[in-house]
Amino acid sequence: MPFDSGVANLLPVIIVVPIAMAALLVAIASYVPRVLTDVLATATAAGVCALAAVVAANTGGERGRVVTWLAGWKPTGGTSVGLVLVGDRMSAGLAVLIALLMALAMLYGWKYFDDIGGHFLPLMLFFLAGMEGFAFSGDIFDMFVFFELMGAAAYALTGFKTEDPSSLQGGLNFGVINSLGAYFSLTGIGILYALTGNLQLPLLAKSVDEKGLSASVILAFVFIMAGFLVKAAMVPLHFWLADAHAVAPSPVCVLFSGVMVELGVYGVARVYWVVFEGTVPHHTIRGAFVVLGTVTAIVGSVMCFCQRHLKRLLAYSTVAHVGLFLVAFAMLDDGGTAGAVLYVLGHAGAKSALFLLAGVVLNRYGSVDELELHGRGKRARVLPWLWLFGGLALSACPPFGTGLGKDIAETATIKAGYQWLPALFVLVSAVTAGAVLRAAMRIYFGLGDPPTELDQPESTSGSQEEPEVSGTLRNVPVTMLVPIVVLLGGSLALGVVPGFAEAVGKAAHQFIDRDGYVTQALTNATTAPVPHVPAMHWTTLGIALGLSSAVLSMAFAFAGLYAQRLPVAVRRSAGAFGAPLRVVRRAHSGHIGDYVAWLLVGLALLGALVGVPVR
Amino acid sequence: MSYYPYFVAGWLLLVGCFGIVRSRNLVHAVVSLAVAQAGTYVLLLSVGYQRHAPAPVFGSTEKPSSDVVDPVVQALTLTDIVVSATVTALLLALAIQIAKRHGTVDPDRLSALEG
Repeated sequence: MPFDSGVANLLPVIIVVPIAMAALLVAIASYVPRVLTDVLATATAAGVCALAAVVAANTGGERGRVVTWLAGWKPTGGTSVGLVLVGDRMSAGLAVLIALLMALAMLYGWKYFDDIGGHFLPLMLFFLAGMEGFAFSGDIFDMFVFFELMGAAAYALTGFKTEDPSSLQGGLNFGVINSLGAYFSLTGIGILYALTGNLQLPLLAKSVDEKGLSASVILAFVFIMAGFLVKAAMVPLHFWLADAHAVAPSPVCVLFSGVMVELGVYGVARVYWVVFEGTVPHHTIRGAFVVLGTVTAIVGSVMCFCQRHLKRLLAYSTVAHVGLFLVAFAMLDDGGTAGAVLYVLGHAGAKSALFLLAGVVLNRYGSVDELELHGRGKRARVLPWLWLFGGLALSACPPFGTGLGKDIAETATIKAGYQWLPALFVLVSAVTAGAVLRAAMRIYFGLGDPPTELDQPESTSGSQEEPEVSGTLRNVPVTMLVPIVVLLGGSLALGVVPGFAEAVGKAAHQFIDRDGYVTQALTNATTAPVPHVPAMHWTTLGIALGLSSAVLSMAFAFAGLYAQRLPVAVRRSAGAFGAPLRVVRRAHSGHIGDYVAWLLVGLALLGALVGVPVR
Repeated sequence: MSYYPYFVAGWLLLVGCFGIVRSRNLVHAVVSLAVAQAGTYVLLLSVGYQRHAPAPVFGSTEKPSSDVVDPVVQALTLTDIVVSATVTALLLALAIQIAKRHGTVDPDRLSALEG
């Protein structure tokens, strides 16, 4: 089969169409009614979603992957100067998720923004193109370029509310730290090119193997990972995330938390599996990312539980979950990868819905401060239940997709010999979901002690947040409700649709099949598909752990609501954590210089964790 | 091959980082970011450099078989410069808006996002 037949042509189309539409919308936005631009942009995102689904349907099994060498610069004699796009089940599936979230976020935006301005939708479309390109790219320099394309669009979307001071600061912090991370990646790419003379992932796979392990290869690996790990918000490179999420409009947060951050983890996994897997040994990667992922999960959950600003709370919960995804990836087998992917998908549904619900709260009550909103939503009828449903989905309660992903990932961690890791999974999902449930019960059911801290407001309480509509919303429009229901329903469906986990397992197996990737990208010859991937189903232990994390999350929620009435012994032992907690909170200073210093610390840490064991 | 350009590249990257860490002005921080990126230009160009080799333009005097400097890294550097221009312009625009809304561009005095 030739490289550029049929479906393969869709890969560049998926990237070009949103860019073309963005250019068109910039040109016509001031001359046409808003409804037309809304419909055009949303239809573009939906169309891209459909195209990505076609690509996904043509991957896996006998067909393997979809490969395009752009403009016909095919490899000759095992070498090439061309640019390659590769769609396997994993990247095509991610592309579907990206475009689906984008379409739902845009649909939500129809009524969410009173005045959308001429730039919002084009920026969203550029953001879409950047993310799709990153998912499909099979060339490491292209990954950098698409990384920066989605970055630039994301910075502008974060600082979108130019009249809001904190929004601008969040956008700037996000931009500086992400770009700096990207430049570290580019330095790593330069080192790799100097060593091998290649930029295409499949060619790098061969030439890095021939070079063997050396200090320069380790250096290149650590530098390249820097940018991806900043995007993935690994502690201590995570500081930008809460700032950006807290201030970006809710539909944008959907894409940030739902998929952009996870694309960072995808970048780490893709580059490791294709380029470095034959050189940097498994045990060092596993050790490094189990440590860093665990720290990320703990810091994220603790910070999450301390927040009263709803969007910051959800943002730190994303940090905590990324820690779990990193740990699951670090198992470096198909079970861990499949668990991470299912968890990412279920998490995307739950977290996106919760961000959209936070947007509803903002437009309705003019604040996202949990304490200030105490009991304000008592008359709402549908929304409280959606909040609780979302909280349960986040707690990885069976039968949600999050629960199934967590189950499969836990099974993989036990298989790899980390018997204590399931406890981390349970605690993280219980604490983060507990924070969400606490906020929902305080706002909508008026539970918990009445606020006493209001007389000492924090700078990041969320009471200063400006709603996107003039006046307050009386009823929630159906275009805002539909995306929320679809996302929550999707998160539930992932766990119950039979055969889906098996399909994810096969995708994960294809993802880590390095030789298959290299062979098909260079010669388009497919390798034999896997007949069956074991352990892609609910286990009794997993269901028990999932239920216990749901129960624990309720316990955490009530402990948070009635903190003053807990027994003295419990309060005193919790008070012992006060001092370290204050240190961690103070580290989140909102100061860009501090963030860069932490970035360097994180890089040194990663370098030590990867470099020392292989010496 | 001399190691000097690689040393310069690493130095620029780190001194740019140091500039952001110690910055008292957001415009200075954004320019420091551009300095860090200049390190990547130097690195890429020095990777492709060959002593006494001309630019990669083939014609009647330069046969395609003759040694030239590597055109790939030059293309990468150009792309890198385009990226840098976009990001720098965007960040400076944000810095101007911050100056308008906060009345200061000193990161030490911006406190909207603590904790």
